[in-house]
Amino acid sequence: MSDYVTLREPYAVSGQQRDADFLGMYLFLGAEGMMFGALFCLAFAYRTVHPQASALAARHMQLWIATANTAILLTSSLFVALAVHAARNGARRVTAAMLGVALALGLAFLGLKGVEYGIDYRDGLMPVIGHPAAVREGPAGLFIDLYFVVTALHALHLTIGLFLLAWTAAVVLARRKRIPAQAVVVEMTGLYWHFVDVVWVFVFPIFYLARG
Amino acid sequence: MARPVITLVGVWVALMVLLATTVGATFSPFGAWKPVINLAVAFAKAGLIFWVFMHVREQRGLARLVAVAFLAWLAILLGLTQADLLTR
Repeated sequence: MSDYVTLREPYAVSGQQRDADFLGMYLFLGAEGMMFGALFCLAFAYRTVHPQASALAARHMQLWIATANTAILLTSSLFVALAVHAARNGARRVTAAMLGVALALGLAFLGLKGVEYGIDYRDGLMPVIGHPAAVREGPAGLFIDLYFVVTALHALHLTIGLFLLAWTAAVVLARRKRIPAQAVVVEMTGLYWHFVDVVWVFVFPIFYLARG
Repeated sequence: MARPVITLVGVWVALMVLLATTVGATFSPFGAWKPVINLAVAFAKAGLIFWVFMHVREQRGLARLVAVAFLAWLAILLGLTQADLLTR
């Protein structure tokens, strides 16, 4: 592993520094997982207390857009993984190209999410002044509001991920970060992006597939 | 193709098959089992992403433990919440 590590203070050996890099990032992502996990816990509580209302709310969500978005995000993760592989082999242009494809897929996800929110608005699902749908009355409204909170928080994380992908691709291409010596930059960006993917992997069944 | 690339593409294929499985299960007549299938598939997908894409398989003990430790606390949160709601 030592061939793609640039040793820094206070580490004496590259293996120890590498362990610390990954350990710190896993710890941060674990904290993020706790945050999303608390919201998922609330969703499960709604589903337990109001099973019919939650299923009714889920049936008003755009399952096929969400399915397409799941496929898009899983595919973007493959390209980020390929970028890390290329970075470890010192393939500068390939790394940037793979990150670029992942970036484009991430933008496609956000675009589809925007279309979906548009449909949600038109259908009266959004908690805004206008013509609220009948389904928003009662406990189903709770489940719909939570869906907006979780998907918006996920979209925010995804947007941060897009900036990270763009920045990583730029610094690798411009040789500001040298690969494979500083491949850890690509690896850590990758960890964040995959984590955003994992969150969506749970959003999908907990909200969209809760159709009863 | 190099062997690591084949592994990565293989994981992606598995993820797509799992996605098709979970959507298919939603329109199946499995009734009460549907949430169980959907969540099992979600954990399988997350497991694949953690193990291969997020490099957990390359780590040694401590880093692996840190990567999944939050699940223990989430299990307590979810378990006790459901235990409360289901026994009122």
